[in-house]
Amino acid sequence: MTEPLLSLEHLTKTFPVTSAGLFRRRTDRVHAVDDVSLEVMPGETLGLVGETGCGKSTLARCITRLHDVDDGRIVFAGEDITHHSRVRMRGVRRDVQMVFQDPYGSLNPRRRVGSIIGDPFVIHDVGTPAERKRSVQELMERVGLNPEHYNRFPAEFSGGQRQRIGVARALALRPRLMICDEPVSALDVSIQAQVLNLLLDLQDEFGLTYVFISHDLSVVRHVSDRIAVMYLGKVVEVAPSAELFTQPRHPYTRALLSALPVADPDVSDSRRRIVLAGDLPTPTNPPAGCRFHTRCPRAREDCASTVPPVEPVLGDRPEHRTACLHPLGDGEDLAADRPAVGDSEITATEEELSA
Amino acid sequence: MALLEVRDLHVEFDTPDGVVHAVRGLSFDVERGSTLAVVGESGSGKSVATQTITGLTRGARVTGSAVFDGTELLGASEETLRAVRGARIGMIFQDPLSSLHPYYTVGWQVAEMIRAHDRTVTRAMARERAAELLSLVGIPRARRRVDDYPHQFSGGMRQRVMIAMAVALDPALLIADEPTTALDVTVQAQVLEVMQQLQDRFGTAIVLITHDLGVVAEMADEVVVMYAGRAMEVAPRRELFYHPHHPYSEGLLRSLPSRGEPGSRLVPVPGAPPSLLDPPQGCPFRPRCPHAFADCHDQPPLRPVGGSPDHLSACWLPPSRGTTTGEVPAPAARELQEAP
Ligand SMILES: Nc1ncnc2c1ncn2[C@@H]1O[C@H](COP(=O)(O)OP(=O)(O)OP(=O)(O)O)[C@@H](O)[C@H]1O
Ligand SMILES: Nc1ncnc2c1ncn2[C@@H]1O[C@H](COP(=O)(O)OP(=O)(O)O)[C@@H](O)[C@H]1O
Ligand code: SF4
Ligand code: SF4
Ligand SMILES: [Mg+2]
Ligand SMILES: [Mg+2]
Repeated sequence: MTEPLLSLEHLTKTFPVTSAGLFRRRTDRVHAVDDVSLEVMPGETLGLVGETGCGKSTLARCITRLHDVDDGRIVFAGEDITHHSRVRMRGVRRDVQMVFQDPYGSLNPRRRVGSIIGDPFVIHDVGTPAERKRSVQELMERVGLNPEHYNRFPAEFSGGQRQRIGVARALALRPRLMICDEPVSALDVSIQAQVLNLLLDLQDEFGLTYVFISHDLSVVRHVSDRIAVMYLGKVVEVAPSAELFTQPRHPYTRALLSALPVADPDVSDSRRRIVLAGDLPTPTNPPAGCRFHTRCPRAREDCASTVPPVEPVLGDRPEHRTACLHPLGDGEDLAADRPAVGDSEITATEEELSA
Repeated sequence: MALLEVRDLHVEFDTPDGVVHAVRGLSFDVERGSTLAVVGESGSGKSVATQTITGLTRGARVTGSAVFDGTELLGASEETLRAVRGARIGMIFQDPLSSLHPYYTVGWQVAEMIRAHDRTVTRAMARERAAELLSLVGIPRARRRVDDYPHQFSGGMRQRVMIAMAVALDPALLIADEPTTALDVTVQAQVLEVMQQLQDRFGTAIVLITHDLGVVAEMADEVVVMYAGRAMEVAPRRELFYHPHHPYSEGLLRSLPSRGEPGSRLVPVPGAPPSLLDPPQGCPFRPRCPHAFADCHDQPPLRPVGGSPDHLSACWLPPSRGTTTGEVPAPAARELQEAP
């Protein structure tokens, strides 16, 4: 059996936050990533989805060691890199690169794109200046930029082109693993398709492995072999892409799928939208037991006290794992939810009674 | 007569770089009680067009006409506009925090909004009404939360407060400019649900500006596809998705990830939108259009295409041109439909 290129074992990352209380300052911790275990096989794309603040970027930054983790292990290509020093990380950095969301914010506006793309060559001391320039121009050509624009500034490029600059820079040292954090979220759909095609082409050409982060399920679905769904710092379900869509086990996955607007009137007219009640709880003080229990239409008593393990349920294969005590059976759907409008006073009384 | 009739709207801004032609001859109708989606890439003029209609663009040269319920809005006095805004036309924007005042409680802001248009309403009555409205848009414990400040609400709840304010005076029209773009999908679903239920209950017409074709498919009755300040296509929802006429609409639909087989190459629209400082002559889509021909150097008018009189397209290709872009639902979309 092939070894994973990357495995994360029980990864946990918290951040201290100070809230000014009325009488004393309290230091709480944000549980950004909590006990996450995942592996990424060579040449595959693992998609990571979830709502804002669920810990996707934090996980990415832990993998690239931009954050130190509190607990757990990061194993890259068989090597435990969890506590590598800066110096020892340099070798790994060549193999693990990141592409960021914001094609505007992540490029220094005062530097020419040629030198931005060539940064990794300088940092890792690769080649002579002439060789670097040639490599950069080859890279520009490869990602669909005009190599003659070597001396232009980022402002002279459109959003899609700036994202290509970011991709070229990440590609410079021929990494094995590329972590793409919302690489197309800021782009219009016609341009988004151009960049997604580029990423797919590069993967084929260079045998790249991707961790692909997005809040857009249809984008993740398109590029990923497997998808992990996160909620409040936890992985709640991980499965091969097609299976996640056809047989979601976790109620949150199901709700997420049903909330995704589909650009097809027949589909949107015929399906039922499951509207989750309430808001995302704060990650500073996440709910005990299953973190989804405050919003879960299937929650029962045990959900508030037992943390569900991430494991195959209902006879699923080992690659389909779910963290739920009462997972959805084959063909089973979530029960109808409360309507979003009108009865909130009733909801309120319930909440007030239990408060 | 439609509730809102916009004809040949032009909006230009003078900038240090030259004249920005943000809107260049836009016409559309909004029928009472229905939802018109305005869709297009960023910079296509969606916001400028709708803000101009309600008199919110400053320092712009505006020509054309926008008749709302019998009243011409373009060039109307600030007094007239203020009376229309809020009372007859409610508005919601992408970023709810920037439209709520941080120093006043949410309930006070909703109440003041009511009292600003009708001084006979007492403070107590307005406050009561504010609580009702907050409850109507699904804010839990609304009666208590009227005394909270905007920062105490999440993004989705703030957007609902904005909706509550926008519908406080039972407007005939609600203009929502990317109301869910900043929200997560499950919160977006809540907000869309609220808007739909309000329409069902009160018959409010909605202009929904978005760049998300999924939201269009869920919400719209009619759709305007904008590009470079102009309407490329105006069509009932199903016509647009299943029989688009304009190559740009077709390109947008084809480039959606949900339309392709997972892992396959998508079909992007090549190139990028034109600069509005110097828009191309003739059809603005010509530089990116796979079907462009000699005639396209002249600007195509919006004219009826296909079988239906309410399906218009600004393209010189034959009106009968049949496309099949959406006839077979996409594989990924099918799965969603088949999911339990
Ligand atoms: N440096 C930090 N200090 C304190 N809290 C942080 C820090 N970085 C992230 N967090 C918190 O950790 C949680 C996870 O954040 P993260 O950025 O990983 O979310 P995300 O899933 O990437 O969200 P988005 O979709 O908005 O990008 C959030 O509650 C966030 O506020
Ligand atoms: N106040 C202004 N001054 C100059 N140009 C403007 C102004 N407001 C908008 N524009 C320009 O008008 C065009 C249309 O903008 P907008 O309506 O905001 O686009 P959309 O809402 O479709 O993304 C853009 O090119 C934008 O830069
Ligand atoms: S464990 Fe309970 S609360 Fe959590 S998702 Fe499953 S059913 Fe819902
Ligand atoms: S008018 Fe010509 S260039 Fe414009 S969309 Fe039609 S075929 Fe293409
Ligand atoms: Mg993030
Ligand atoms: Mg806008």
